[in-house]
Amino acid sequence: MIPELGHYALVLAFALSLIQATVPIYGARSNDAALMSVAAPTALAQFVFVALSFIALIACYVTSDFSVATTFENSHSAMPLVYKITSAWGNHEGSMLLWVLILAAFGALVALFGNNLPPTLKANVLGVQSWIAAAFFLFILLTSNPFARLADAPLEGRDLNPLLQDLGLAIHPPLLYLGYVGFSISFSFAIAALIEGRIDAAWARWVRPWTLLAWMFLTIGIAMGSYWAYYELGWGGWWFWDPVENASFMPWLAGTALLHSALVMEKRNALKVWTLLLAILAFSLSLLGTFLVRSGVLTSVHTFASDPLRGVFILAILVVFIGGAFSLFAWRAPLLKQGGLFAPVSREGALVLNNLFLTTCCATVFVGTLYPLALEALTGEKISVGAPFFNATFWPLFVPLLIAMPFGPLMAWKRGDVLGVTQRLFGAFALALVGIAATYAVTTGGPVLAPFAIGLAIFVVGGAFVDLIERTGLGKLPLPVTLKRAAGLPRSAWGGAIAHLGIGITVFGIVCETNWASERIAAVKPQETISLRGYDLTFEGLTQRRGPNYTEQLGTFVVRSGGVEIGTLQPSKRSFASRGSATSEAALLTRGVSQLYISLGDPGAGGSVTVRLYHKPLVLLIWLGAVVMFLGGGLSLSDRRLRVGAPKPAKIKPSLQPAE
Amino acid sequence: MTRKQRRITLIGVSLGVLAVAVGLVLSALKDSIVFFNSPTDVLEKHVAAGTRIRLGGLVSPGSLERNDNMQVRFQVTDGNHAVTVAYQGLLPDLFREGQGVVTEGALDPAGVFRADTVLAKHDENYMPKEVADSLKKQGHWKDDYDKKGGTAGKATP
Repeated sequence: MIPELGHYALVLAFALSLIQATVPIYGARSNDAALMSVAAPTALAQFVFVALSFIALIACYVTSDFSVATTFENSHSAMPLVYKITSAWGNHEGSMLLWVLILAAFGALVALFGNNLPPTLKANVLGVQSWIAAAFFLFILLTSNPFARLADAPLEGRDLNPLLQDLGLAIHPPLLYLGYVGFSISFSFAIAALIEGRIDAAWARWVRPWTLLAWMFLTIGIAMGSYWAYYELGWGGWWFWDPVENASFMPWLAGTALLHSALVMEKRNALKVWTLLLAILAFSLSLLGTFLVRSGVLTSVHTFASDPLRGVFILAILVVFIGGAFSLFAWRAPLLKQGGLFAPVSREGALVLNNLFLTTCCATVFVGTLYPLALEALTGEKISVGAPFFNATFWPLFVPLLIAMPFGPLMAWKRGDVLGVTQRLFGAFALALVGIAATYAVTTGGPVLAPFAIGLAIFVVGGAFVDLIERTGLGKLPLPVTLKRAAGLPRSAWGGAIAHLGIGITVFGIVCETNWASERIAAVKPQETISLRGYDLTFEGLTQRRGPNYTEQLGTFVVRSGGVEIGTLQPSKRSFASRGSATSEAALLTRGVSQLYISLGDPGAGGSVTVRLYHKPLVLLIWLGAVVMFLGGGLSLSDRRLRVGAPKPAKIKPSLQPAE
Repeated sequence: MTRKQRRITLIGVSLGVLAVAVGLVLSALKDSIVFFNSPTDVLEKHVAAGTRIRLGGLVSPGSLERNDNMQVRFQVTDGNHAVTVAYQGLLPDLFREGQGVVTEGALDPAGVFRADTVLAKHDENYMPKEVADSLKKQGHWKDDYDKKGGTAGKATP
């Protein structure tokens, strides 16, 4: 019964999305307030029905209802409860349902908090949002029904892919989708503006918080995915330039550019058409990512059982939306009025430079990701484009951006002064030079450029501090005045500086991990000791252990540093009988922000076992930097100025309560 | 500066950055891409020793030899030909004889493929797409692989 209710709720949500996709837009064209006001309640109702459908799917998994095909394929009655819940989206059908749930949730948020939007804009935005929703509801209902039943209900499920039996599945996909799908709002705003043929600074002010929200979640979602891959795959790598990772990184680059160009548009009423284009681009890249990941053209852990029809369907959605959006853009954008003027050397100029580099970086990632697919389709030749390509193209374009980053926020609007800014950045330069000298003195070997990379990271971090010091007048003005200024500084200024600080921290971590990580592969016998970077690990032997749905071989290693015991590491190898497959669970020992990482290989003769041991210096900074970026974004989002003119949103109960 | 000059500056800088990017991409595409080959391709195309390639196929049953120092040797076959692969290090969890594998490295002058990366799959039902295609080409595709889908892939996220 529950699966049928879930399926029915999804059909109702689809029907509502069709109403929402047509009636409000017609209302906006004919200036009919009653028709326009249909948008908000339908958006809320649509969300309620998708949520009901999603709850029904989770109920199927929690109760281990193996008569449902996806539950049978991806669940097992012996799994812990948390994995039963997360396995609901650990497969193609469920993850698409999560996708539309978040899409509908964003629509509902606009309906709830968009009270200060002009009625026609609100109606058009929600209408466009619903076109996307309708297309994906149709996709799910026609090709990927998560509630399809099996004729003979099996007694036991086939279990979830062992790699996905991890808390990461509870965190990474929802966060990433909040980011991916969040850009749909910027897209809908852009299309609505094109339909109306009108765009102004207020538009940018409405779009920026939504873009910021999506960007925050995309940042943290990518970072959590990276950390998950790092500890789960047992290779100690945290970024592989895998097409699937690139699929999420491209919208991030475009979204970051959008965030900055919307700033110019909001403050200076310039770069309007460009901002519009970026808003379309960011979500188009999200759609492209969904296609690459979900259609089965690429092989990765994200690809689930592929069905050619699905790929064709998503490709059709992709072509219609991206093609339609760009055609509309080409047709209507010339009608939009040009904005303000600015000198090339100015804050605006710096933000244009930022956009230029971010979009070019995005383009190189795009080429590297799609070139193998295009080549195979055209010539049948199979190639792989890996890290060497991206290291040779992405970094040479990203490094100038990092160098320019501290300059931007210190530039004046309209007309800037590079020399003056350089003088004010003196402290950051000095710190960077000290950093380079210190790195050069302390480390031996390693690439020649490594100390300079450290210097760059310090420069970016220092630049963020200089920005805040300059704004608060720390050191120049008496302390009470400084504190008052700091308190009076807009939160978006704090947020921006903190987000830039986060970038610096991440780069610092990347440089350290890439240049000074050490690796050792060895076969150890019981009571034997292996050493790496001053850590001595004594192997205490292998033991067997039973988990809820697996058995594992657990290796125990006692870690000593300078003769003092500092911890125990227990990497394991799990085998899952129901799938006949195995995974390695790496064990990590965190020392400050550095980590000792060990994963287990195959057992050899005489109780020995092969292990892969890594020391990863300052590796945690990579993800902590992303957390700092997330916090900076959150601080900026809470800025009062972004909500100026917005009446306090009243506590509105959703007009429709979940029907049980 | 006049409006025109400003615009020209902007366009000039943009074109400059784009030109650099195009240059970087073209040179990287020339140097850093890796071609996928089946054992038959390796023999027919006479891939030169030292050229970095990906070699994919099935691990020949009974061909896996391990010795000390974590040196392993195994044969990769596509049913018609086989190439010996030498690798030092830990094999992925789902590396099995008789199943699909993709390795990356280069041939040495003796014709042994020195791999530095061995990618197996993430899932017991899955066959790497490249391997599946090359098996189909060689006429050794078993239909039952097709029916089983499954979460899939190389040892990447």
